[in-house]
Amino acid sequence: MTYEPVIGLEIHVELLTATKLFCGCLTGFGAQPNSQCCPVCLGLPGALPVLNRRAVEFAVMAGLALGCRIHTRSKFDRKNYFYPDLPKAYQISQFDLPFCVDGAVSFELDGGPSEAGITRVHLEEEAGKSVHSGDSILGSTYSSIDYNRSGIPLIEIVTEPDLRSPEAAKAFLEQLRTTLQYTGVSDCKMQEGSLRCDANVSLRPVGQEPFGTKVEVKNMNSFRAVERALAYEIHRQTGVLTGGDTVSQETRAWDEARGVTVSMRSKEESHDYRYFPEPDLMPVTMEAPWIEGLRARLPELPLARKRRFCRDFSLSHDEAYQLTQSRETADFFEAAAALHPSPKAVSNWINGELARLLNEAGVAITVSPVTPEMLSKLLDYVKAGTISSTAAKDVLEDMFVTKRSAELVIKEKGLEQISDSDAIGSVVQAIIEAHPEEAAAFRAGKDKVLGFFVGQVMREMRGKANPQVVNELLRQKLRN
Amino acid sequence: MNLQTTSAVELQRLLNDGSLSSRELVDRCAERISDQEPSIGAFLTLSLDTAKAEAAASDERRRRGALLSPWDGIPVAVKDNICTRGLRTTCGSRMLERFVPPYDAAVVERLRTAGLPVLGKTNLDEFAMGSSTENSALQRTCNPRDTQRVPGGSSGGSAAAVAAGESPWALGSDTGGSIRQPAAFCGVVGIKPTYGTVSRYGLVAYASSLDQIGTFGRRVRDAASLLQLIAGHDARDSTSLPAETLQLGSDDPSVRGLRVGLPLEYLEHGLNAEIHQAVMDAVRRLEEAGAVVQELRLPLTDYAVETYYLIATAEASSNLARYDGVRYGYRAEADDSRGMFEMSRTEGFGDEVKRRIMLGTYALSAGYYDAYYKKAQQIRTMMRREYESAFEQVDVLLTPTSPTTAFAFGDKSTPLDMYLQDIFTVTSNLVGIPAVSLPCGEDSHKLPIGLQIMGPHFSEARLVETAEWLERQRNGGDSHDL
Repeated sequence: MTYEPVIGLEIHVELLTATKLFCGCLTGFGAQPNSQCCPVCLGLPGALPVLNRRAVEFAVMAGLALGCRIHTRSKFDRKNYFYPDLPKAYQISQFDLPFCVDGAVSFELDGGPSEAGITRVHLEEEAGKSVHSGDSILGSTYSSIDYNRSGIPLIEIVTEPDLRSPEAAKAFLEQLRTTLQYTGVSDCKMQEGSLRCDANVSLRPVGQEPFGTKVEVKNMNSFRAVERALAYEIHRQTGVLTGGDTVSQETRAWDEARGVTVSMRSKEESHDYRYFPEPDLMPVTMEAPWIEGLRARLPELPLARKRRFCRDFSLSHDEAYQLTQSRETADFFEAAAALHPSPKAVSNWINGELARLLNEAGVAITVSPVTPEMLSKLLDYVKAGTISSTAAKDVLEDMFVTKRSAELVIKEKGLEQISDSDAIGSVVQAIIEAHPEEAAAFRAGKDKVLGFFVGQVMREMRGKANPQVVNELLRQKLRN
Repeated sequence: MNLQTTSAVELQRLLNDGSLSSRELVDRCAERISDQEPSIGAFLTLSLDTAKAEAAASDERRRRGALLSPWDGIPVAVKDNICTRGLRTTCGSRMLERFVPPYDAAVVERLRTAGLPVLGKTNLDEFAMGSSTENSALQRTCNPRDTQRVPGGSSGGSAAAVAAGESPWALGSDTGGSIRQPAAFCGVVGIKPTYGTVSRYGLVAYASSLDQIGTFGRRVRDAASLLQLIAGHDARDSTSLPAETLQLGSDDPSVRGLRVGLPLEYLEHGLNAEIHQAVMDAVRRLEEAGAVVQELRLPLTDYAVETYYLIATAEASSNLARYDGVRYGYRAEADDSRGMFEMSRTEGFGDEVKRRIMLGTYALSAGYYDAYYKKAQQIRTMMRREYESAFEQVDVLLTPTSPTTAFAFGDKSTPLDMYLQDIFTVTSNLVGIPAVSLPCGEDSHKLPIGLQIMGPHFSEARLVETAEWLERQRNGGDSHDL
């Protein structure tokens, strides 16, 4: 029997607010442990939460960007569970009235359109971070807890079980990340933990409607890990089912090093979170105009921008996709394309040479030493025939290091292309005269010999001759 | 004149006319405390040296004409579930026996900015759970009117300190009657204001949707004035009400035309005859003075105790889950971390606290939530409506504060007996309305009887005026020594 995987994701994303969700402590990453906390985020007796309005805005903006409907009346609930890095022993979260529901994310899979529903987006607080001396809290001689993270605002995004392969899950996640980064509500850095993903996966015989028993997979630390863990889990469950066994409902952890999932806890051991409405916070009411104000603040989202790039700049699907994967790259492109007549050339240079240089230097495009203005000038010179494309690569590298203008670099290196027919003509004449045998071969119909002549001329002119002019003059003079 | 039994209003006059200094007053309180504490045990922690220094500073301000408030220099006692920076805040529990908060509660900030020296922290039932202060893990507090009897609870220490003349007035907290019932037992005045009137920031939570800080005084005007001083909006408490000055007290209190409701549910079920009589005496006096008294029914009152104990324990189970020995508080020795968490809670909490945590955990559990917690919240909403419609007919409700007068230690031997102590007081917490308890006579054992006056949200001014009128009737004047 063939089985079809059914995958749903649960994504946690830290919001980029300056201060925490329920107190005024800073949220910056990498500060001295326990230097960004107060009675509220330490859960000291008597401390009370005060909702950060900006966090609500960000959560709603995220929901709007993911196509959600916004609940105008919402509230917070306590999710009760015990863990030492959760200072109040409950997390202030949202249970039955999340801010955002019923959205969808469109993404591309194997070159075609695909979509996954968003069940809900809700706002909640982060726990602190435990660092154990051993593998886990029970196997450790001591554990340290950093409460800097405690109380940082977090949105939980839950998808519908709409994904059907590990590749689809990865493509969805990439689109989700790009979309959220566009809105500016999160930097979505998986390596810093500002984006985390758990997955629910089950199998069902192809053609069957009801879902099979689902397994929750945790501890995946990269998109690649999500893809691998899902592939492994699908393989494992297929084995269980074809062996005649049943999949048991449980939570499993991805072991990156071994490339396997291992059981964490069974359904019976699952938590009863005893949710109830948070009595320390008032219900949240959002007026429709306020929500529309946030919608108006949303930037053009990646998919729309990609379509516009294809349409307005006559770019290919792939080119536009690559450019719009980051808002900053797309902004850079638009700035340069506004100054240079060939968007295609701008796209090629950004996706090609500039991307390579930025990547090698580990520099973000927002702080690129070569600005959109500088790049467009350089491309103007190429288009005008002042320098060759080959020379332009050298110029760009120089500009990248020295931050000088294209004009300066070209001048200094003496890279201006020579297009003057008289200057080139005299060199061509001399070369032809120096190689009578090859000239005869050309006249006899051996077209290939032309390449030899071009090479000779270019060498003589130290690569600065305009190749088109050289070609024309060679043909003309060889025929005579 | 006996300073220890003088009202705060009178003390203010003495300070203002120069016949008394704040330092003298605090010294007299300290003497009284050292005299009374061996038999009363109202305080868990004293801060007399600080209080004396603060009093001296107040006297200095008075010389310079730079008083911080009209009450500058009059000392106060604070219930020990209200955080005081640098002064341990135990909640009457082993769990927090050595906990020293790094911050002041909002109300304590207000006391300080008004220039009130803090004498110390008063005893309470552990985490404010109880009605006799017998649940304090740290100390027994006796009723100053009869030291064989309990002072009531949970704010028993504050009530006893005021009744014993150790402090002119005091702060307490009231989740289901924890100010009013001890006020009644000790023969003092207690006010629980409208939920949201006083910031809870820094009040160690028992049941967040019911907890409210309030005041004790020997006179209605004292308790009202202290309330006025601590009331007001605080951005750090999201349930704090928008700023509006609490106007309390009238120089010429009147009850003419006041519509008084007598809810029969509070007077039936074999209520102690002496308490019944005392309440009816007050009713008679009000009627004679032109109040319009009418009997009415509030049938949901019969569900009040059950509803209260489901909601309060549910919230408590969550609020008290943070005490795990990790960051602060009692930490037990154990072989591993899980053992440490478990033993810290096993050894750190007393029986009543554990009982309520278990009850509340059960009420919130999957499969039971709808039958217990959710249903209790629904009844709470219905009660709110029932009281709202009652207050369309009457201005205030008059009831006994407690079904009994102060009982002997150990007398309420089962938890249920103890829970029924709260039968007349829990409703105002569930509904969020203000309530005052004031003395209205004595029983045959010379024990004080408390009269409770409840009113709609924000009716503090009306309650205080009514209470003050009744107080004058009983005392025959406002400068009468108690």
